[in-house]
Amino acid sequence: MSSAGNSQPNGAPAIHAEQLCRHYRMGETVIRAVDGVTLEVCAGQFVALLGSSGSGKSSILNLIAGLDRPTSGGVTVHGHNLAHLSREELARYRLHTVGMVFQSFNLIPSMTLSENVELPMRFAEIERGKRDSLAREALARVGLETRMNHRPSELSGGEQQRAALARALINRPRLLLADEPTGNLDSHTGTEIMNMVREFNQQLGMTVVMVTHERALAERYAQRLIFLADGKLVSDEANSAFVTSGGTEQARR
Amino acid sequence: MKLPDLAELAMRNLRESVLRNSLTTIGISVGVASLVAMLSLGIGLQQLASRRLMKSGLFDTVVATSRRDLHNFNRDQEASGPAPGESRILDETTRQEIEHMPNVLEAYPDIRFITELRYEDKPHLTMVAALPSSAQSTDAFDALQGHFFSSDTAPEAVIQKTFAEELLGKTPKAGLDPSNVATLAAPLLGKELTMRYAQREAARSAPATAAKENAAADQGLAGAAYSVVSRELKLKIVGVADLDPESMRGPTRARVFLPLKLAESLHVMQPTDLREISRAPTDQPVYSSVSVRVKNPSQVQTVEDAIKKMGFNTFSILDASRSIQQFFKVLDVFLGIFGSLALAVAFIGIVNTLVMAILERRREIGIMKAVGASDGDVKRLFFAEAGAMGILGGIVGVVLGWAIGQLINLGTNVYLKRQSFPPEHFWSVPWWLVVFALVFSFLVSLAAGLYPAGRAARLDPVQALRYE
Repeated sequence: MSSAGNSQPNGAPAIHAEQLCRHYRMGETVIRAVDGVTLEVCAGQFVALLGSSGSGKSSILNLIAGLDRPTSGGVTVHGHNLAHLSREELARYRLHTVGMVFQSFNLIPSMTLSENVELPMRFAEIERGKRDSLAREALARVGLETRMNHRPSELSGGEQQRAALARALINRPRLLLADEPTGNLDSHTGTEIMNMVREFNQQLGMTVVMVTHERALAERYAQRLIFLADGKLVSDEANSAFVTSGGTEQARR
Repeated sequence: MKLPDLAELAMRNLRESVLRNSLTTIGISVGVASLVAMLSLGIGLQQLASRRLMKSGLFDTVVATSRRDLHNFNRDQEASGPAPGESRILDETTRQEIEHMPNVLEAYPDIRFITELRYEDKPHLTMVAALPSSAQSTDAFDALQGHFFSSDTAPEAVIQKTFAEELLGKTPKAGLDPSNVATLAAPLLGKELTMRYAQREAARSAPATAAKENAAADQGLAGAAYSVVSRELKLKIVGVADLDPESMRGPTRARVFLPLKLAESLHVMQPTDLREISRAPTDQPVYSSVSVRVKNPSQVQTVEDAIKKMGFNTFSILDASRSIQQFFKVLDVFLGIFGSLALAVAFIGIVNTLVMAILERRREIGIMKAVGASDGDVKRLFFAEAGAMGILGGIVGVVLGWAIGQLINLGTNVYLKRQSFPPEHFWSVPWWLVVFALVFSFLVSLAAGLYPAGRAARLDPVQALRYE
């Protein structure tokens, strides 16, 4: 069930960003959302991007996700140099390599949970019968098998985020990008979600990059804390407080 | 994305904002309906006109006249070809030659003369014409009272309604009441008409004095003389025709008709005889015009050209119908334009609906892109929605257009019935129009989806997801 075909040895860079810049023009002024960030994330690592709002952490996440293109510099994810990919190839990359969860869940309100979870498989042109069983399986994994035919509006925030997690993992990506995944949840539900994310990280060997402004949350789950301010990398440190659920200091893979 | 998935997603998206999408679809339907209605009216009217012309029996007829007759139907023809004096004579040999041409059913001489007919000792002067037995299949004799000639040589006459009125001393009434013919026919059928006519009789021995005076010059012309004898023939009225079987002929149309062979045997003095006596002797009949019936209306042109090549003037209703066809072409174009205007409004409706849908579904598009939808997927989804509205609108529109047509047809026929006209079929929705309307509506819808789909595909997912 681990990210299939992950031939890279543990510790090889899953993400490599080099002098990454993303500038926006706002009339006369140029906003440097990301301003020369260089970082490397190893496969299987759980990394937290921390910083106040406007620090550029979400912009970096969007660049890694291939939703946005850098103004200069480059990102390479699992051997894909995103700068060299066409729009079509970038879509394929998002489809197969990346799973995303958002603060606002971003489920399509007109679709049931199972349809939402199935959606990436539709784009991957997986046949209907297989889609159904995979969606069922994924929802069962996050404990929503009884809510499959409900619409997002009929569910609590925690349940919606669980469904979003199931959707993010449905095409078995190597990389999970989470943008403030607990931002809209109470602390209990947030913990529940984060435990799931950790479980995927440890059991499936997925690389996780989580954007958050809650330092406590980051310290509790991430192996590595990266602090950003004004689009620049301020500090990059291993999380000394990190304890895996199994009790060991590092993830085994 | 696979096609069934695409269709399914498109349909569910259409159902999501059912009111707006159904209003747009109704807009397309109305556009398609008006297009179908307009075009089928045009086609129906054209078919009605063609049917009328076809049934008149004139559509497959070419009239050949000698160039020696200076007054012809078509003056343009006189400008080219041999001079009248040098051109061929339309005689029996020529008639047979024409009759044996390919695609020709029959060629019969037009025998017509003005003469006196006595009915109950009252003289009436009118035009008499001969008809071949094939003429009974034309619609002119649809409402014939009595029957057609029992044989081609029977001393019988079919008279035209107006002549019947004259015989009975009735003034013609306005309007076409079918019962009128029946009441006119009742007292006349089986009655006797006495026709007086001038028979041309070949005189083998010319007057002696003339022969002596011109003995030298007239050697070869001996016998080119005839005498004109007044004759009488009793005819039985067997039929009264409602419509005018010779409407094409205008002022030379006849009101009394005789069987062709009978008329030929009478050797009635023809106006052309006087002229032809000055030319050369001939022992075979010479005709002023020959009617040529063609197997199929589509071959009229070929036959007409062949006869022209022989050196005769020709006239066919096709010449006249060409301008009618042109008129209908123009009418079709105009009706089509009006119909398309409605569809153009529908086009704008689709663009509007889909652009609104983009604004409304910005976030959804962003989500789809974030989970891996390509530009092409998003574009195809919007195309599919536009196409689905087009197909749906097209189907409803064709049904609607057909229904409107039926309704108008019904209404017009109720009106026609009140005016005591026979019912007619004005409305025709041929299968190709149905296919055309569906395809057209689909293509128009796809074209309308072009801009919105492109815009949706280019949507920046980061912006779209930020948008709350």
